[in-house]
Amino acid sequence: MTTRSGGARRIAGRAGHAAILVFFVTFLAFPFYWMLITTFKTTQDLHDINNNPYLFHDAPTLDHLRVLFSDTMFLQWISNTMLVGLAVVIITLVLAVPAGYALARMKGPWAQTLGIGIFLTYLVPPTILFIPFSRIIADLGLQDSLWSLVLVYPSFTVPFCTWLLMGFFMAIPRDLEDAAMVDGLSRFGAFFKVVMPISLAGMLTAVIFAFTLVMQEFVYGVTFITSSASYTIGVGVPTFLVRGDVYFWGSMMGACLIASVPIAIIYNMFVDRFVAGFTMGAVK
Amino acid sequence: MTAAAEPAGRAARNKVMARFIDNERLLWPALLAPAIVYIVLLVGFPFLLSIFYSLSSATVATSDIHFVGLENFTRIIHSDTFWRSLWNTIVLTVISQFFVLVFAGILATALIKDFRGKWLVRLLILLPWVAPISLGSIGWLWIFDSIYSIINWTARAVGLFGEDFWPIWLGQPNLAMAAIIVVQIWRILPLATVIVLAGLSSIPQDIHDAAEVDGAGFWRHQFEITLPLVMPITLVAVLFGIIFTFTDMIVVFVLTRGGPYDTTQVIASWAYFTGIQGGDLAGGAAISLFLFPVLVAVAILFLIAARRSEVT
Amino acid sequence: MATVEARQLVKAFEEVRAVDGIDLMAREGEFLVLLGPSGCGKTTLMRMIAGLEQPTAGDIVIDGRAVTDLPPRVRNVAMVFQSYALYPHLTVERNISFPLRAVGMSKEDIRKKVDWAADMFGIRRFLNRKPRQLSGGERQRVALARAVVREPAVFLLDEPLSNLDAKLRNSARDELKSFQRSLGTTTIYVTHDQAEAMGLGDRIAVLNHGRVAQIGTPQDIYLRPSDTFVATFIGSPPMNLIEDGDTWFGFRPEALVPAAQVPEAAVRVPLRIKRVEYLGAEQLIYGTVEGRGGDAAAIARIPANLDIGVGAGEVCDFALSRHDVQRFDRNSGRRIAEATS
Repeated sequence: MTTRSGGARRIAGRAGHAAILVFFVTFLAFPFYWMLITTFKTTQDLHDINNNPYLFHDAPTLDHLRVLFSDTMFLQWISNTMLVGLAVVIITLVLAVPAGYALARMKGPWAQTLGIGIFLTYLVPPTILFIPFSRIIADLGLQDSLWSLVLVYPSFTVPFCTWLLMGFFMAIPRDLEDAAMVDGLSRFGAFFKVVMPISLAGMLTAVIFAFTLVMQEFVYGVTFITSSASYTIGVGVPTFLVRGDVYFWGSMMGACLIASVPIAIIYNMFVDRFVAGFTMGAVK
Repeated sequence: MTAAAEPAGRAARNKVMARFIDNERLLWPALLAPAIVYIVLLVGFPFLLSIFYSLSSATVATSDIHFVGLENFTRIIHSDTFWRSLWNTIVLTVISQFFVLVFAGILATALIKDFRGKWLVRLLILLPWVAPISLGSIGWLWIFDSIYSIINWTARAVGLFGEDFWPIWLGQPNLAMAAIIVVQIWRILPLATVIVLAGLSSIPQDIHDAAEVDGAGFWRHQFEITLPLVMPITLVAVLFGIIFTFTDMIVVFVLTRGGPYDTTQVIASWAYFTGIQGGDLAGGAAISLFLFPVLVAVAILFLIAARRSEVT
Repeated sequence: MATVEARQLVKAFEEVRAVDGIDLMAREGEFLVLLGPSGCGKTTLMRMIAGLEQPTAGDIVIDGRAVTDLPPRVRNVAMVFQSYALYPHLTVERNISFPLRAVGMSKEDIRKKVDWAADMFGIRRFLNRKPRQLSGGERQRVALARAVVREPAVFLLDEPLSNLDAKLRNSARDELKSFQRSLGTTTIYVTHDQAEAMGLGDRIAVLNHGRVAQIGTPQDIYLRPSDTFVATFIGSPPMNLIEDGDTWFGFRPEALVPAAQVPEAAVRVPLRIKRVEYLGAEQLIYGTVEGRGGDAAAIARIPANLDIGVGAGEVCDFALSRHDVQRFDRNSGRRIAEATS
C-alpha cells in the first residue's frame, strides 16, 4: 500500500523542516553566537589569523567584560537607558491608554480613520524629524540631557502603543462594560474596575514594547547626546568603544549580548500577545 | 473600598462630573486629546519645521535664518551623491524586502508546526529584532571585518574560497551594498516572521481540513488557500519592513559610514552626515524630505490594505 | 416594582431607523416579552431602556419619571445579557456583589444579600469559582443572581436562554417564570423564540421593522393577530393565508380538519396533498388549495392517529369551522374586524 512511500515522504518532510529551521536559526542567531565567543577570547587570540576562530587558542578571559564594566560607563549607560525607558513608559501609558480605549469604543466611521491616522504618524521616521528636533532641543537647553530623550521618544511610542492598546481593548466584549454600567458604575468606573484588570496583560505588553523601542533607538540619541555620562546603551557602546581605528571588539560584543539577551527572553514570552493586539487593530 | 467609605462625597462629585462623564460626545474627544496634542507637537510641528528649514539657509552655527526658496532642493538634485543615495535606498529596500517576504513565509510555515524546542528556536530567531540595532550592526561589522572576517575564514576552511581569494566586504562598493542588504534582511526578518505566523495561526483548522478533503495537494493548498488568507496581514508586515528599511540610517552609519566614497550612502544617512555632522540643517532637512513621498505612498497602501481586509 | 414606558421612541443609526416610533408600557409586576425577528429593533429598545443607548427622539419613563437623560447606573434597572457578561477576573461571589459594592453597601449587608441571591439560584457552592470554571447553565444562574441581588425596579433580560442547550432551556424557562412571580418585579424580556415568548410572557409585544406590530396576551397574539406579519411570524407552522379577492383568507393549521369530522355548516377546503410529515403525536399535511388567485400552499396539523386514507397527489376534503377563519386586507395586511356570524 502507500505506507512505505508515505513514511518516506514523512521522513523527507521532517528533514526538510529541520533543514529550514537550521538554516534560519544559523542566519539569525549566528552573530550572537559569534559575539559570545568573541567576548571571552583574548585580544591576541582574536587577532591571530592562523588560529581557528571557533576555538579558544588561549584560555577564555573575562578581560573584555572587566574593561566594559570598569573602564567605560557601561553601568551608567544601562541606568540611563532604564531611567529614560521608565519615564517614557509612564508618559506613554498616560497618553496611550485613554486614547486607545476611546478609539476602541467610539462609534462612527471616523473612529477607525482616526486610529489609522494616529498609527501612520508612527511611520514618520526619526530620520525626517531629527534635524528640526536637534534645533528644538538646543533651543530648550536640553542638549546632553536625558530629558531630551524623555521628551522626544513618546513621539513614536505613543502612536505605536495607542494602536496596540486599541487592539486589546477591542478584544474585550462591550457587554462587560455595559453590564458594569447597568450595575451602577460610570464609564470611568467600568474602565478601572472591569476593563483595566482584564487587559492587564495587554498593558504589560505595551509597556514591554515601548521599552524595547526606547532601547532600540539610536538616531535621536546620537544627535542630542554628546557627553558620555548621558549616553544610552545603543549610543554609548559604538561611540565609546571605537577609538579611531581601534575597535574594542570583545567589550563591544559583550555589551551587545548583555543588552539583548534578557530582553529577548522577556520578549519571547509576550510576543504572541503583542501580535494579537497588533493585528486586532490592523485586521479588524 | 474607598468608594464604600465615602458614598456621599462620591455622589456629590458624581453630580458635578456626571454631565461630562456620561456625555460620550465630550468624553471620547477628551480622552483622545492629550495623545493627539502630543503627537501634533512632537511629530506635526517638527515636520513643518523640517519643511521650513529645507526652504531656508539654516545651519547649526547661526540663528540667522533666511528664506531661500527651493535652492536647497535644486542643489541636492544636481548632486551625484543624491542620485546615488536614492538609487541605493531603493535597491536596498526592494531587494531586502523581497527576501524578507519569501523567507518570512517559509520560516513561519516551518514554525507553525509543533516540535520540540520550539520555544528556544523562537527565542533565537527573535534575537536580531530585540537587540539594539546599533549593537547588532556592530556584531556584523566584526563579522565583515577586513582581516578577521569569520565568513572568509569559514568559507576558506570548507574550500569555498581559494587561497588567494579574501574579499573585503565593506571596502568594495558592490560587496558593501550586499552586506548592508544582508543586515537589513537579518534585522527585519524576525518581525515579519512573527506577523506572518500570527496570520497563519488565525486561519481556522476547518479551512485546512476542507481543502484537504477537497483534494488539494501541498502546493495548491499553499497557493490557493493559505497564501490568499494571510495576504492582508503579510501586507502589513511588508509595509513595516519597507518603512523601517527605507528610513533607516543606522546600519549604513555603523557598517560603512556611507563609504567607500559615498557609494553606499542612503538618503537617511546622507541627511545625517549633511545636517548634523556637516552642520547644514537646511540641506539635511531637504534631503530627508525626499523620504516623504514614499511614506505617503506606503500610507495609502496601508489604508487600502486595511480597507480590503475589512471585507474578509 | 415599577412601570416602564417608551414614548414616541426613535433610534436612528446613520440611515437606518432601528426603532421607529415605539409607544409601549410595561405594567407593574408584568412580564413583558419583546418578540420579533432579528433586526426588528427589540435589543435596541431594551438597551435604550437600560440607558446604554441614547434615543434619537422620544422618552423612556420608569415609574412615572423621565430617565431619558440619565446614565444607566442611576436607573435602578438590572440587565442579563445574552453573553451573560460575567466579569471574568472576579469570582462568582464578587460578580454577584458587584452592583452592591458599586453603590457602597456595607460588607455585612452585602454578605446577606449575596447569600440570599445565591440560595435562590442554588449556586452557593460556586461562590469562590471564576466564571470560566462554570458550565453554561451555571453561568446563566450567576448572571440572574447578579441581576436580582440589588432588587432593582426593573429586570431587563436579553435572550438569556439562547446560549443554553435545548434540554436545559425548558427547565430554565420554568425557573425564570417562577422566580419572577415570587419577586413580582417588572420584567422586560427580549427573544426571537416564540415558544419562549408564549410560555413566559404575561403580554407579548411583537416588533417588526422598529415598530410594534401588536401587543397583547399570548392568546390575543395567537388567535387574533393584528396583521399578516404577526399571523405568519407566530405559530409553527405559521397561519395559512390564501388569496381571496381583496382579502387574505387565513386559518391556523390545526383548524383544518378532515371534513368528515365537522358539522355541516363548516367551510369546506379541498386540499391537494403533496406530502405528509409524521411528528409523533401529530402529523403535518402539506398541500395546495385552489384559491381565486391560483393555487396556494396550505398546511394542516392533525393528530397522528387520524388516517386520512388518501395518498400524495390526491385531493382530500378538509373543513374549517367558521370562527377559525380570519380575514386580512390584501393591501395593508391588516386584520379585518370579524364579520360576526
